[in-house]
Amino acid sequence: MKITDDSPPVLTALDRPNSYIGRSVPRPNLQRLTQGRGQYVSDVALPRMAHVAYVRSPHAHARIVKITIDAAKNATGVIAVVTGAELAKVMTPWVGVLTHLKGLKSAPQAPLAVERACWQGEAVCAVVARTRAEAEDACELVEVSYEELPAVTDPEIALDGKTPVIHASLGDNLCFERKLDVGAVDKAFAEADAVVETTFRFGRHTGVTNEPRSVVADWNEGEQRMTVYHGTQAPHMMQNLFAKHLGIAEHQVRVLTKDVGGSFGIKVHTYADEMATVALSKLLKRPVKFVADRIESFVTDIHARDHRVKAKIGVSKDGTITAFEIDDLTGIGPYSVYPRTSGIEANQVVNLVGGPYKCPNYRAQARVVFQNKNVMCQYRAVGHPIAVAVTEGLVELAAAKIGIDPLELRRRNLIADDAYPTQSASGLKFELLSHHEALAHLDSMMNYAGLRAEQKKLREKGIYRGIGFASFIEVTNPSAAFYGVGGARITSMDGATVKLDAQGAIIVHTGVTEQGQGAEAVVAQCVASSFGVPLDKVRVITGDTDNTPYGGGTWASRAAGIGGEAAWQAGKALRGNVLAVAASILQAKPEELDIRNGIVVDKANGTERLPLDELARVAYFRPDTLPPGFQAELMATRHYVPRAWPFAFTNGIQGSHLEVDVDTGFVKLLKHWCVEDCGTIINPQLVDEQIRGGVVQGIGAALFEHCLYDERGQLLNGNMADYLVPMAAEMPDIECGHVVSPTADSELGAKGAGEAGTAGAPASVMNAINDALRPLGAQPLTDMPFTPDKILRALGKV
Amino acid sequence: MTDSAFDISLTVNGERVRERVDARKTLVDFLREDLALTGSHVGCEHGVCGACTVRVNGEIVRGCLMLAVQCDGAKVETIEGMSDSGEVADLQAAFEQRNALQCGYCTPGMIAAAQDLLRRGGVPSRDEIREHLSGNYCRCTGYHAIIDAVEAVAQARAGGR
Repeated sequence: MKITDDSPPVLTALDRPNSYIGRSVPRPNLQRLTQGRGQYVSDVALPRMAHVAYVRSPHAHARIVKITIDAAKNATGVIAVVTGAELAKVMTPWVGVLTHLKGLKSAPQAPLAVERACWQGEAVCAVVARTRAEAEDACELVEVSYEELPAVTDPEIALDGKTPVIHASLGDNLCFERKLDVGAVDKAFAEADAVVETTFRFGRHTGVTNEPRSVVADWNEGEQRMTVYHGTQAPHMMQNLFAKHLGIAEHQVRVLTKDVGGSFGIKVHTYADEMATVALSKLLKRPVKFVADRIESFVTDIHARDHRVKAKIGVSKDGTITAFEIDDLTGIGPYSVYPRTSGIEANQVVNLVGGPYKCPNYRAQARVVFQNKNVMCQYRAVGHPIAVAVTEGLVELAAAKIGIDPLELRRRNLIADDAYPTQSASGLKFELLSHHEALAHLDSMMNYAGLRAEQKKLREKGIYRGIGFASFIEVTNPSAAFYGVGGARITSMDGATVKLDAQGAIIVHTGVTEQGQGAEAVVAQCVASSFGVPLDKVRVITGDTDNTPYGGGTWASRAAGIGGEAAWQAGKALRGNVLAVAASILQAKPEELDIRNGIVVDKANGTERLPLDELARVAYFRPDTLPPGFQAELMATRHYVPRAWPFAFTNGIQGSHLEVDVDTGFVKLLKHWCVEDCGTIINPQLVDEQIRGGVVQGIGAALFEHCLYDERGQLLNGNMADYLVPMAAEMPDIECGHVVSPTADSELGAKGAGEAGTAGAPASVMNAINDALRPLGAQPLTDMPFTPDKILRALGKV
Repeated sequence: MTDSAFDISLTVNGERVRERVDARKTLVDFLREDLALTGSHVGCEHGVCGACTVRVNGEIVRGCLMLAVQCDGAKVETIEGMSDSGEVADLQAAFEQRNALQCGYCTPGMIAAAQDLLRRGGVPSRDEIREHLSGNYCRCTGYHAIIDAVEAVAQARAGGR
């Protein structure tokens, strides 16, 4: 078994006795999952629980003329049939805007469509029954008469005067626009020795979580409380939203999130059908369960990446990049998604293009337009795959044009490793990055020179292999700058509460959530290390707004860097409290004691003084033996929020090696490498697996995944047979490497690692394909996903 | 529809079960809803993702493509049974050690499919493992760790003989 070796200790402040920081310990929650004993929301069953199925609009845009529900109401097992107008009396609508994205606008969205459906798949009527099957049967008896309206589907014409406006109250179909012009762009292009200009297209795709979105809402009329079992990334955010739109207080809402069958940003948004399910529970005064089926997932889970980017790079003969320019256009569906908005992805593209390079001249325009397709919003690596593909695609096209090796061109332009702190042309602030060290590491890890020599030889035999790269930066550990300043009640802070139980074990409640990335393990490692117990003495509890500290949850690669730091600090605080008790019992000075391996010891020589179970026994059951006036405090809470930097940027570089069959257009991935720098590595194995999983998600975008719509706004491939996802047989082995540049903002120094793989993989695969096909004179491919058909067209074979 | 229900009698994880089921009910819905065996998961309901993989009469099947009524008289084994018997304990341990699961939703099906390959004996190549698991969708891991874990168990089992 290729189990990654533990990293040698690189830390000093963190290198306590029995430290787990930097060690690949297995996650504590895995056994129940391998045994099929997990508890996903789709598994939840409650007394009197009813099931809801939704009647959904078959049209992309239609007026709802009449809904006839009589037959459905009388069907076997049916409890209620509820229309949008009725549900609007229980729950208020929402508008997905943020004030710091200036000018961003959207229209009110209701839990069920009222009067008008704006995309194919929007729920227009709810049927609640004893079983899901009976609810679906009755859905077929609901008669909805529609008057079809013109569908706006092509972003290119969404802003034309002749195109109908989707929401008349907004005046036009423009959701958000941003412009940026830094340095002297026109002069830089005029002085460049070569200019490369092309258009990149990104196929709209989606998260395809293995467990679809699921919610069980349970309104208890006797308690006046709503308990929501929810497969979500952000329980406290959802607590706020459920309360706000039901018109009740937040303390009347409890959100419980145990196991979640995959998230990737899909499960961090407000979905109308989930809100409707919660409203239905309030209306019917009983638990109501909704689990999206796969077709519903394809037409309602947020989509992402539907961007068209016209892009341009200037470069001088010596390889200096002189300027970048982009024009991004993206269609985001009929509503900006609440509460994070659908302006963030385009905004990120503007922020991130050119980010790894020291080029001071940059002009960007991004326009976000409404259309009658499913909504788009933040999905793993938000904007990064687009910005990285545009930047790195341009860089490799420029390298080819002036005849410089693509790695060498990067060496000449990447921000120097000793240039920090610094900032990008777009204004991103970088504390400490390591582009050059990462590149050098990748170069040797993949034996680049050897691969180039092999490539040359194989070409003579008619075998076309390609090598492609992508340098990248990644936004992690977001501060309030991401959402809080824009008025959204999405906290960037996270907390951990740590208590000593009566046998000397540690119970941790944390505001971050476990989506499978290993947050529980990382939190346990932090607490075990800073407090001083073996890992098996730490139990972590997540996902319960009644019991965990207030926190943001899991998004933007924040769980380890923010939740981990809070846990580290809470462990330290409890250690101080426990040492005070120990000092009192032992009549010693607290500063002369330490806790190691679950035992209070003399700090100087490690002599064992008092086991924690004995300390707990005295503190809990014989406090009368402690000095008068001394109170043991065996529970501590600490919070952490990044303050010094708006985001902790990480960096890295990926390499892709592949072979293109020039007769069939098929791409065979041979190997993939990623070197990244997420600062302090708490658990090397978990970081590597975040990278690997992220890379494959990015490969999916590059080669397979595409939500195909026709011009009437109908999704043509809303199933897993026609919408292709990466499966084991087509995927390569992925080798990971690391550079460690900790952030000084926290004591741990950990940054995020959840999105780096997805950020860089599409670009490196694209560049490798173009590298393979370059000697054949193929037009560079810039239109993802790169299907065999597109490759054969580029080769002029079809 | 509900008026066409049938009595079925079968063995599930070694226990004799007698239930009345709708003709349209899939095996995985029967296992999850009627028997509360929620270790088998529902991902796509059209035979692509493999999250519902269970064993019927010794062969792995998609629990979403087989009807419960087709299992009358059959011997059905789910992850709960395979776990309790210890049959896949080494695979489970390797998955845990190698972090070959993240959200864990695909894992029961993935382990059933891996065990199906390993029961044939020998040490399959990484490509053969990838091929055999190519009907089981995992969105989290990128598969590399899963291949590592299955390969390690294949080698351990071969070495142990």
